[in-house]
Amino acid sequence: MQFPAHSISILVSNKPAALARIALVFSRRGYNIDSLVVSPTIDHSVSRMNIVARGNPEILAQIIQQLEKLIDVIQAKDHTSQNVVEKELALLKVRCKSEERTELLQICDHFKAITIDMTESSMIIQVTGYSDKIEAMLSLCKKFDIVEFVRTGKIIMMRGESET
Amino acid sequence: MAEKTLNGAQVMIECLKREGVDTIFGYPGGNVIPIFDAILDSDIKLILTRHEQGATHAADGYARVTGKTGVVLVTSGPGATNTLTGIYTAYMDSIPMVVFTGQTISPNLGTDAFQESDISGMSFPVVKHSYLVKNTNDLPRIIKEAFYIAHSGRQGPVLIDLPKDISSGPCTAPLDAEMDLPGYKVPDKAAQEQVEQTAATIKKAKKPLILAGHGAVMSGASRAVKELAEKLGSPVSSTLLGLGVFPANHELSLGMTGMHGTVAANKAIRECDLLISIGSRFDDRITARLSEFAKTCDVVHIDIDPAEYGKIIRPKHFLCGDAKIILEQLLPLVDKLDSEAWLKTVDGWKKKYPLSYPKQGSLRMQHVIHTLYEVTNGKAIVVADVGQHQMWTAQFFKCDYPGQLLNSGGAGTMGFGFPAAIGATLGNKTGFPVCAILGDGGFQMTLCELSTARTNNLPLKIFVMDNNFLGMVRQWQDLFYDKRYSGVLLENNPDFVKLAKAYDIEAFCINRNADAKRIIEKAMEINDRPVLIHCICEQEDAVFPMIPPGASIDDILTERPKTILEKPTGGT
Repeated sequence: MQFPAHSISILVSNKPAALARIALVFSRRGYNIDSLVVSPTIDHSVSRMNIVARGNPEILAQIIQQLEKLIDVIQAKDHTSQNVVEKELALLKVRCKSEERTELLQICDHFKAITIDMTESSMIIQVTGYSDKIEAMLSLCKKFDIVEFVRTGKIIMMRGESET
Repeated sequence: MAEKTLNGAQVMIECLKREGVDTIFGYPGGNVIPIFDAILDSDIKLILTRHEQGATHAADGYARVTGKTGVVLVTSGPGATNTLTGIYTAYMDSIPMVVFTGQTISPNLGTDAFQESDISGMSFPVVKHSYLVKNTNDLPRIIKEAFYIAHSGRQGPVLIDLPKDISSGPCTAPLDAEMDLPGYKVPDKAAQEQVEQTAATIKKAKKPLILAGHGAVMSGASRAVKELAEKLGSPVSSTLLGLGVFPANHELSLGMTGMHGTVAANKAIRECDLLISIGSRFDDRITARLSEFAKTCDVVHIDIDPAEYGKIIRPKHFLCGDAKIILEQLLPLVDKLDSEAWLKTVDGWKKKYPLSYPKQGSLRMQHVIHTLYEVTNGKAIVVADVGQHQMWTAQFFKCDYPGQLLNSGGAGTMGFGFPAAIGATLGNKTGFPVCAILGDGGFQMTLCELSTARTNNLPLKIFVMDNNFLGMVRQWQDLFYDKRYSGVLLENNPDFVKLAKAYDIEAFCINRNADAKRIIEKAMEINDRPVLIHCICEQEDAVFPMIPPGASIDDILTERPKTILEKPTGGT
């Protein structure tokens, strides 16, 4: 059985090894991190981490409690099924001849993706949005020759004035 | 003339003095020479152990008897890695400790330099926090934070890795640094509303049971636990580390619960309608088969660590904070319960299933321990190692005072007992003698510390329970593995009396029940140096009661079964 993905947001002091300590809380239970985004916040002494992980919800709740316990972690919250904005950005490098371009551009148009690099034989497409949308576009592009694919991992923010 | 600038090592020693440190357990090496040099100019007592693991266990024992933070100082590389077992042991039992490790000079970090080890990285899973110091001016802040973290909230070990250029470089920062810990919160008392709801639940109970754990010991809650038990009319059982927080001789005491606990304590936990856990984390050695644990009762879980909430069982009420403070909040809100019938039932179990051992035949460890209890009138600090002798110590040395019985509970570290007893002797201010009760297996893991005990003329009684076996594993192989003994026979044990004498330590031997009292009395009279008592014991004895690992509490064994049992499903 595949557990649903959980979106976890962590505020952490900007200290060396904070990431390693956080990763260990997952790995000691044999849990995998699907995606991880670390970025600075307005306060330079604090970083934001967005983690997507799958697993038994009760175990994940414990993992979050144990993350909270780390000295460097200021707060850890599970935002799964809360009123949040979730975004990801992906880059897709496709090898395509000029006669294939039209179809690829139609797909881009549908997903509001943009081309950010184009040569005689290739293009790089940038797509943003929910993870599902990126998956959907990727699957339509599979008939082309995908050379590289990279995505940022999910970032999340609570809607309205609620704090993430 | 301007004041002389101190180097990192000197600043470290100054900061330790400010933290009230009077004793350091350590072992030198190339990368900590500047710090050992700085110690010479201070009043801090340096206890040179004979192995770094011994230094950590000694600091642990010292912390357990004094309530202060134990301090360890070792060198880099192997010196540092040798501390990991001791750090892990302290972590599992929430013991405050600060471990300083030397490190290669900062420019060498990550280059596989001589005696470089990423000890900070290795320590992550077994410390409350750790530091790698990159700037000498950070030292005052880091040391202040380390001691605060180690000794507050759920206590635990903190490691500080000190590159040699940091300890020998100049420090210009003021010594009274500000801490910078925005993510560290220390719970103290529970919300009043929660306490009131808890009290309402408690009032409905007719079959209450208090489970006193190590958290109650660490918060100094023993008087409050007693008050609560007497006010409610509730029996009290203890975890291994909670023994002594409630007097064993009190009529409401059921003794230890769990795998080798009393039948009464285990039956009570099975049949109570209210379980008030005070500073216990529901270890698998307590719960037995989890799916059947605490299913018919309301659970009140008092713990200082918010991450313990729901970790093992989901309580009706979770009160997060210091045990003593929370009990003081709770006490005015509760009254005597209608528990007369329950107390009668529990008392019946106590009478029907007393702890006992055979008095005839060869020398029993139980007899030695019981005799020690009688000779000292129960007024001793007892440090056990890990194994059968440990369980019998828990069963037959009836502790009336918190902190009276020290042992490695969560980690079950063989080799802990002897060095921990050395640390306990150094920190002991109770006037009680310190007695180490050790197995022949565990003692041989750290017996190099005989030198430490002798050098410091420690009045420590070292009981070596010698049955030529790793008794607890042998017992499991006997009960669950068709008596197929594998790797448990300790052939060629040394003559422990001669061994002690080689270290210039007085030693006696007991090999019959009849001699135990006389020899223990003689040993207890030696109070200016260590004494070793070699006890040659029954080889194939077994600890009962026993709940096989993973089994139900109902499956508790009170004697050796006639048939081979199924292999256990639980962990250990």
